[in-house]
Amino acid sequence: MSELHPFIANSIKQSGSLVNEQSPWLSQFRKVSAEQLLNCDFPNRKHEHFKYNNLTALTKHTFELIDSNTLSKTALFETFNELNPATLVFIDGQLQSTEGCSITVTPIADLNDSQKQTALDLLRQDRKNLVTEVRNSLLSSGFWLELTGDEMVHVVHYFTEAHQFKSSANLCLFNLASNQKATIIEHFVTEEKQSVQSLQYQSSLFSIGNNAELTHYRLQLESDQAIHFGSVKFHLNRDSRCESFHIGLGGELKKIDIDAIHNDSGSHLSLNGIYLAKGHQQIDYHTNVEHTAPHCTSSEVFRGIVDEKAKAVFNGRIHIHKYAQKTLAELSNKNLLLSTGCEINTKPELEIYADDVRCAHGATVSQMDKKALFYLQSRGIEKSKAERMISFGFINELIEQLKHQPVSEYLKPVLGQLFERTQ
Amino acid sequence: MLSIKNLIASVEEKNILKGLNLEVKPGEVHAIMGPNGAGKSTLGNVLAVRSDYQVESGSATLDGKNLFDLEPEERAAEGLFLAFQYPVEIPGVSNLEFLKASLDAIAKYKGETPLDSVSFMKMAREASKAVNLDQSFLKRGVNEGFSGGEKKRNEIMQMMLLQPKCCILDETDSGLDIDALQVVAKGVNDLRDPNRSFVVVTHYQRLLDFIVPDYVHVLADGKIVRSGGKELALELEQKGYSWLEQGAA
Repeated sequence: MSELHPFIANSIKQSGSLVNEQSPWLSQFRKVSAEQLLNCDFPNRKHEHFKYNNLTALTKHTFELIDSNTLSKTALFETFNELNPATLVFIDGQLQSTEGCSITVTPIADLNDSQKQTALDLLRQDRKNLVTEVRNSLLSSGFWLELTGDEMVHVVHYFTEAHQFKSSANLCLFNLASNQKATIIEHFVTEEKQSVQSLQYQSSLFSIGNNAELTHYRLQLESDQAIHFGSVKFHLNRDSRCESFHIGLGGELKKIDIDAIHNDSGSHLSLNGIYLAKGHQQIDYHTNVEHTAPHCTSSEVFRGIVDEKAKAVFNGRIHIHKYAQKTLAELSNKNLLLSTGCEINTKPELEIYADDVRCAHGATVSQMDKKALFYLQSRGIEKSKAERMISFGFINELIEQLKHQPVSEYLKPVLGQLFERTQ
Repeated sequence: MLSIKNLIASVEEKNILKGLNLEVKPGEVHAIMGPNGAGKSTLGNVLAVRSDYQVESGSATLDGKNLFDLEPEERAAEGLFLAFQYPVEIPGVSNLEFLKASLDAIAKYKGETPLDSVSFMKMAREASKAVNLDQSFLKRGVNEGFSGGEKKRNEIMQMMLLQPKCCILDETDSGLDIDALQVVAKGVNDLRDPNRSFVVVTHYQRLLDFIVPDYVHVLADGKIVRSGGKELALELEQKGYSWLEQGAA
């Protein structure tokens, strides 16, 4: 056997250090995952999933597992309250507060047998690659969140200076009961003015009950030095509805895998997102929509703006299984390139095995529309300002459509500021 | 006010304007008519300085300032306004945001204090009412999904808000029904002022029934081949352009 890559060897070592814990099943799960790591190669250009990612940051630094005992309890932040008062706060990957939250939050170590089984099933069904195996092998902070009423929960993942050159793994399992409605805002931020170079694995798995309705936001607004491997997975059951919106600001590397599975008929998914990268940032969205049941619909729109030397990846797959007749599925990805040094790799994929479906997919890469630019200039607006307005407009269309006004009101200045700084 | 001297301009290396002269004084309305391909739209685009239009020689000055030395946004701030033949759709940028940015930029150029939001909103609402556009259009993306007539009315609304010195209307009547045509004409007529001049580029005499010009010029093959009073437009309507083109050749 060839020698293990230092990153993998280090992850296995870290996993080993976690063994002493009260939950035997979780220890066992980590152990099995760590064993899997022995068979993993460090990704290179030949690994399709990582083909366009620059992973040198993982080899350049050693990220030690963050020690949850040394964490300070930072005072909690009113700034997030305007988004939603019911807040669940993770600081550096560890749960700190459930202030204002009426939902039941159970650490995975304390799950009952049936929940444990569900959790394991969900984890086993996840994508299999180096990143998910490392996450599983390091998993200690995990929670089961039971959503039973008409709720809106703001889940804040807050990163402090303590996370510098440290890694953490976090898992949230959301279970939305049948016939219920819930809104989840997942919000990733770094302590003000800190450019923390951290490594985080964060997975959120959603099980959406029959005829239930989930509105989901995932805002990746943390430091531009951050490395984030995220995964989001939706299991849609009969007649369920899911609206998910993503925003990703580039980081050292932010790679978010989104999967949605239509398990039963009548379900609808709307999946939209925006990504923005500049400098030497990287942002990567891999989405995969599985239609395994008939009469389901999905619509997906992602837009990206890339500037300077930044790099973005979008891979959108729709897989329509043989029995998923009468499926309606659409995917659109549009990109705006603002400089000659930036890069976008986009790939829409459509795999159809049923014969009575309606599908559309498309991807475009374009530069700033010169006619639009001239139009604004001819009304007195300076070129640089006109460029900012057009770029912002390109993504603003998706922001305007957001269901919850507080979220769009929160995002607009954050993004506006970003465009100001680009100039 | 606007003075164009011996202007030669080309698009994609094709010579379109071949020595055009035009003198527009404050308060005057000039109509420019002419057959397809005569260079009518090129004139407007050259004056507003679209980058794909090349000025070979000649000059154009607005109140003594050479337009070709200025960026498009500077020309606008100096008081030149081009109402586009094909207004551009800019999704995601609301009409209001666009108008405010435009007014603010021009105020900044002139060293004036920008309007506060309340006065701006009041002005914008009045202007949209004047051109018969529902207020919901102010919140929509710039020209996004507007019908042909709505786009043109939006142009006139911008003109009302910006209060330019010299307005060039590039086939603003094309694609308009009679009602919209009257709205557009009323907008222009309301803005007529001893200090403001208009150059109305059109194919048809119809618009000139509503916006009565002081002078009518016929543009053919890149030059003005005939100038006259408003009765020239009527003559053209009867005889067509061919007799003039033959005369020019």
